[in-house]
Amino acid sequence: MRVTLKVWRQKSKDDTGRFETYTPQNISSSMSFLEMLDVVNEELITQGKDPIAFDHDCREGICGACSLVINGTAHGPQRGTTVCQLHMRSFRDGEEIYIEPWRAKGFPVIRDLVTDRSAFDRIMQAGGFVSVNAGGAQDANCLPVPKQCADKAMDAAACIGCGACVAACKNASAMLFVSAKVSQLSLLPQGQPERARRVLNMLRQMENESFGGCTNTLECEAVCPKEISVEHIARLNREFASAALVSEEG
Amino acid sequence: MKLDAKIPSGPLAEKWDRRKFEMKLVAPANKRKYRIIVVGTGLAGASAAATLAELGYFVDAFCFQDSSRRAHSIAAQGGINAAKNYQGDGDSIYRLFYDTVKGGDFRSREANVYRLAQVSAQIIDQAVAQGVPFAREYGGLLANRSFGGAQVSRTFYARGQTGQQLLLGAYSSLSRQIGLGMVNMHERTEMLDVVVVNGRAKGIITRNLKTGVIRRHLADAVVLATGGYGNVFYLSTNAIGCNVTATFRAYRRGAGFANPCFTQIHPTCIPVSGDYQSKLTLMSESLRNDGRVWVPKKKGDKRIPVEIPENERDYYLERKYPSFGNLAPRDIASRSAKQVCDEGRGIGESGLGVYLDFSDAIARLGEDKIRERYGNLFHMYQKITDENPYNVPMRIYPAVHYTMGGLWVDYDLQSTIPGLFVIGEANFSDHGANRLGASALMQGLADGYFVLPYTLANYLASTPREQVSVDSAEFAELEKSVRDRMYRLLSIKGKRSPASFHRELGSIMWEHCGMARNKDGLMKALRKIPELREEFYKNLLVKGGNEEFNQQLERAGRVEDYFEFAELMCMDALEREESCGGHFREEFQTDDGEARRNDERFKHVAVWEYKGDEKPVRHQEALEFETVQLATRSYK
Amino acid sequence: MNGLGRIFTMTVGLKFLMAVSGFILVGFLVGHLSGNMLLYAGPDAINQYAEVLKKFPVVLWTTRIFLIIAVFVHIYSGVKLSVLNKRARPHAYAVTKRVKATLPSQTMLLSGAVVLSFTLYHLAHFTFRWTHKEEFAGLGDFDVHAMMVLSFQSSVVSSFYVLSIVLLMMHLNHGLVSFFQTLGVNHSKYNGVVKSLSILLSIILALGFISLPISIYFGFVS
Repeated sequence: MRVTLKVWRQKSKDDTGRFETYTPQNISSSMSFLEMLDVVNEELITQGKDPIAFDHDCREGICGACSLVINGTAHGPQRGTTVCQLHMRSFRDGEEIYIEPWRAKGFPVIRDLVTDRSAFDRIMQAGGFVSVNAGGAQDANCLPVPKQCADKAMDAAACIGCGACVAACKNASAMLFVSAKVSQLSLLPQGQPERARRVLNMLRQMENESFGGCTNTLECEAVCPKEISVEHIARLNREFASAALVSEEG
Repeated sequence: MKLDAKIPSGPLAEKWDRRKFEMKLVAPANKRKYRIIVVGTGLAGASAAATLAELGYFVDAFCFQDSSRRAHSIAAQGGINAAKNYQGDGDSIYRLFYDTVKGGDFRSREANVYRLAQVSAQIIDQAVAQGVPFAREYGGLLANRSFGGAQVSRTFYARGQTGQQLLLGAYSSLSRQIGLGMVNMHERTEMLDVVVVNGRAKGIITRNLKTGVIRRHLADAVVLATGGYGNVFYLSTNAIGCNVTATFRAYRRGAGFANPCFTQIHPTCIPVSGDYQSKLTLMSESLRNDGRVWVPKKKGDKRIPVEIPENERDYYLERKYPSFGNLAPRDIASRSAKQVCDEGRGIGESGLGVYLDFSDAIARLGEDKIRERYGNLFHMYQKITDENPYNVPMRIYPAVHYTMGGLWVDYDLQSTIPGLFVIGEANFSDHGANRLGASALMQGLADGYFVLPYTLANYLASTPREQVSVDSAEFAELEKSVRDRMYRLLSIKGKRSPASFHRELGSIMWEHCGMARNKDGLMKALRKIPELREEFYKNLLVKGGNEEFNQQLERAGRVEDYFEFAELMCMDALEREESCGGHFREEFQTDDGEARRNDERFKHVAVWEYKGDEKPVRHQEALEFETVQLATRSYK
Repeated sequence: MNGLGRIFTMTVGLKFLMAVSGFILVGFLVGHLSGNMLLYAGPDAINQYAEVLKKFPVVLWTTRIFLIIAVFVHIYSGVKLSVLNKRARPHAYAVTKRVKATLPSQTMLLSGAVVLSFTLYHLAHFTFRWTHKEEFAGLGDFDVHAMMVLSFQSSVVSSFYVLSIVLLMMHLNHGLVSFFQTLGVNHSKYNGVVKSLSILLSIILALGFISLPISIYFGFVS
C-alpha cells in the first residue's frame, strides 16, 4: 500500500519544528504502525538523511512508551490500542497521515516525536504510593478486600502512564492519570492512612507541572489505550472534597 | 578466576537464617555515608533501589527508558509463584524449591533456590501492602491459580498484567524514596562501563541519552539489574531496548559470565509475518489448556485449514506425548514445532508456524465459554493478525522469551568482581537450564527486596573504605574509552543501519543457536559472526553526533556488544555437549528424540572469563545436590 | 494552606465553585421560566407577578445579591480555569480529530460569554429599560406583558433571543452533566438517569424560553 506521511520534525526543544512529507515504498498493510516507521527510517538512513526519532519499547501495548498523535487522535484511529498495536490495515491506501508528538506544556518535545514525560514521575513521587518499607508488611490475607473493590482498583491500576489523556485533552489535563492512581489506592484498605495527603499532594504537583484542569469532555477516556473510565476522575473529585474540607490533613 | 559460591553450611532450611546472622551490619548512622549505584529499574532494580534507600543508603538509580516505570518486567502476564499454601493443597517451601530445581533440569544451585522459595511468601505480603490489586475471591482473600503445569495452585495474579502491577508497586516505593531525596533517579541514561579500582567495583560510566553527555559516577558498590539478553536473536518477546551491554561490559571488566547458552523459547507466540517484523508477541501459555496443536500430514499442504480433513492432520504433541499431550512443557513443545516445520509441514506463508485449534473446544464448551476464558487473548490475536480465532485456528510459533544464563554470582549475589552485585534476570542463579512459569517475577523481587539488602550490607561492613575519586586515572581512562567508542561508531560512515546488522546477526543466532543446536551449526555461526562484525565495522552508518539525542547511536552500541556476546553464547553451546532444559544439542538425544542430559560431565555451571583478544576461558562451578535426587524428566 | 484556600486556588476546587454557582444559576432559570410562563395566563397574571416581586424588596435584593455573587463566582472560576487550561497547551495540533468530546463541551467559554452578554442585554432591555426607551415610554412600572409583546414583534430582537437561548441550552447541556461529574456523582448505577435528566432539563428550559418570543412574534400572544 501507499501512504503519504506528514511527520513533525523538531531538532531539539528550542527548535521551532515543521512538518516534512515522506512517501515510503514497501509498506504492507500487515505491518504495525511503528514497523512502518522503522521502514521509513531505513529508507531515510540509506538516503543519508536523519531518521525520525520516536519513543517505543515493548511493542506489545504495556510499557506506555509509544506516544504519537495520528491524524489528530492520540494513539490513532483504533480504540483501546496503543500506537505499537495499531496496524497499517487501519488506513486507506493512498491516505495522508499526519503524525505529531504529544503537545502539552508539561510534555516538552525532546526531538521530533519524542517528549519528556518526567512530569508524570514527579506527580507519582508526590504521593502515588503507600508508605510501607520492605519487610514490614503483615500477612497478605490479614485484610480482606471485597472482590468488587479489588476489581475496580485493578481497572484503575491498568494505567500505563503513556500520557494519551493529556495529549487528547483540550486543556492538556492530567486528571485521568492522577485519578487512576488516587482511585486505585483509595479503593484498597492499604491506601487509607495516606488518602487525604495523597490526593492533595498529587493534584498540587499536577498543577505545578503546568497541566490544565478537567472540563469533562471525556476525550481522555476515549483515547485511553487501557480504556480507563472518567468514573475515576469523579472519585478523585470526591477524594479532594473530603481531603480539603473534612479531613484532618493540614 | 576463583569461583567460591559461599554457600553457608548446615541443613538446607537453615542456611539463609544462618547466613543472615553471620553477616555484618552497617550501623544506622553510617548508612547515609554510603552511596550505591543500581542500574536498571525493573522488578529487581526498582525493588532493590527502593529498599536500600528505605534502609538509609544513598542510591543512584539508572534506566535507559524515559521513566523507571517502563522496564520490561511490565510485560509479564501470567503471575508470580509463592509458597503461601493459602489453598491448603499441599504446597510448601520445599515443594516450590523442588519443582524449581527439577524444572531447571538440575542445573541450578540448591541453596539459592531454597532461599528463593523461602522468601517468596514475603513478596506477596509486601506487594499487597503496597496496594497491588491482586485477584481476589468473593470472601476478600487472595485468589490463586495453577500455572505452567504445577500440581498446586500457588500462582498469584492480577488479570493478565501481573508483571505490570508488581512493577508499579516497586516503582511506587522507588518514587517515594526519590521524593524523599534518598534516590537520585537518572532516566534516559545508559550504563556503558563499570569502573573497577583496586579490584573493586567503584562506579560506572554513563551516557545521557537525551544530551549525549558522558559522565562518571562514584559509589561504594554497584548493583546490576539490567535484565536478559534475548534480543541477541533480534526477534524475541523482549522490548526493543533490552540489551546485554551492561552485563557484557561488566564481563569485559572481569565478571564471569555463566551459562550464556541457556535461553528459553516460549512455544506460543504469534509467528513472524514479514521481514519488517520488529518484535514477537507472546500469547499466554494457558491457551494450550483448550487448544489442540496440529500441522498437515502432507508436506507443503497449502490448503486452508478447514479444507484439511481430520485424517490428514497430525496432532503431533498428542501423538508423541500421549499423557501430557498439548500441555507438554515449554522446551518440548517448542522443539516439536520446529521439527514439524523443518520437515516442511509448517503452515502460513513462511512455513514457520503451526495451528492452535479451538474448534473442538468450541464445539464441546460453546463459544461463550471460550470467550470467557480467553476473550482478551483472542482479541489481542485478532488485533495483530486480523484473523478471527473463533473461526479459523490460531497460527503460533516459538519465540525467544527469557535467558536463564547471566553474570555469575555467589550466594550473596556478588559477581566475581567484589562490590559488583547482579540481581534478577541479569544473573544466572536460580533457574538452571529452564525457568518455570511465574518464577521470573518471584526471583526479581526476592533478590531486590529480601536478599540483596542484607548481603550488600555485609559487603560494605566488611570492606575497608578507600578514598577513591572520580578524578582518578581509572575513571578518566574509562570515560575516554567510552567516548572513543561512540566516536568510532560515528566515524565509520558506511551504508547500513545498526538495525540491519542486528537483524542479520539475529537470524544467524536463531538458525544455529536457537531451539536446537549442533556442532556444525555452531561452528558455522562462529565463522559467520566475526565476518558480519567485520562488515559492521566497515559499513555501519550512524547519522548525527554523540552530543545529541541519537537513537541510532544507542542502537549501534548495543548491537556492537551483541556481536561479541553472540560468539560467547555459541562457544558455550558448543562446549556443553549435552541436552538440558532450554539447551538442546541434536547430537545428544535419545532414540525417540528426547533430551539426553550428561550429569557426569556437565553437572556444573560454566563460567566464562574474558581474556581480551584471546579466546575466553571456561571455568566450572560444580553443582552439589545434597537434598534432591537427580532424575530424568519424562512427559510421555 | 487550609481547605478553603485550596478550594479557591486549585483547579478541582475552582471547578467545585463553578459547579455549585452554575447550579444556583440553573435554579434561578427554573424560577425565572416558571414566572415567565404566566405570560400565557394573560397580561394581568404576569404583571401582577412582577408587582408582587417588587413588594418584598428585602427578599428581592437578597436573591439578587445572591445571584450576582453566583454569577461572579461562576465567571471568576470559569475565566481562571480557562486561562490555566489555555496555558497548558502553548503549541496547538495541526490536525485535531475528537473521538468523544461534544461540541458543547468544547465551547463552554464561548457559549458562556454569549450567555453573559445576552444577560447584560436582557437586563438593559427589560430591567433597566435602556435599550427600548422610546417604545416603553408610555408603559406602567409593572407592564411586563406589554414590554414583551412590543419587543418580540421585532424579528431582530426575537431571533437574537432565540439564538442566545440555543447557546444557553448548549451551555447547560454540558454544564448540568458536568455538575454531577465534578461533584463526584458518577456511578454506573445511575449515570444514565442523571445524564438523561440533565439533558431533559436543559431542553425544557430552552423550549420554555424560546416559546415566549416565538408565540409573540407569530401572534399567538398579543
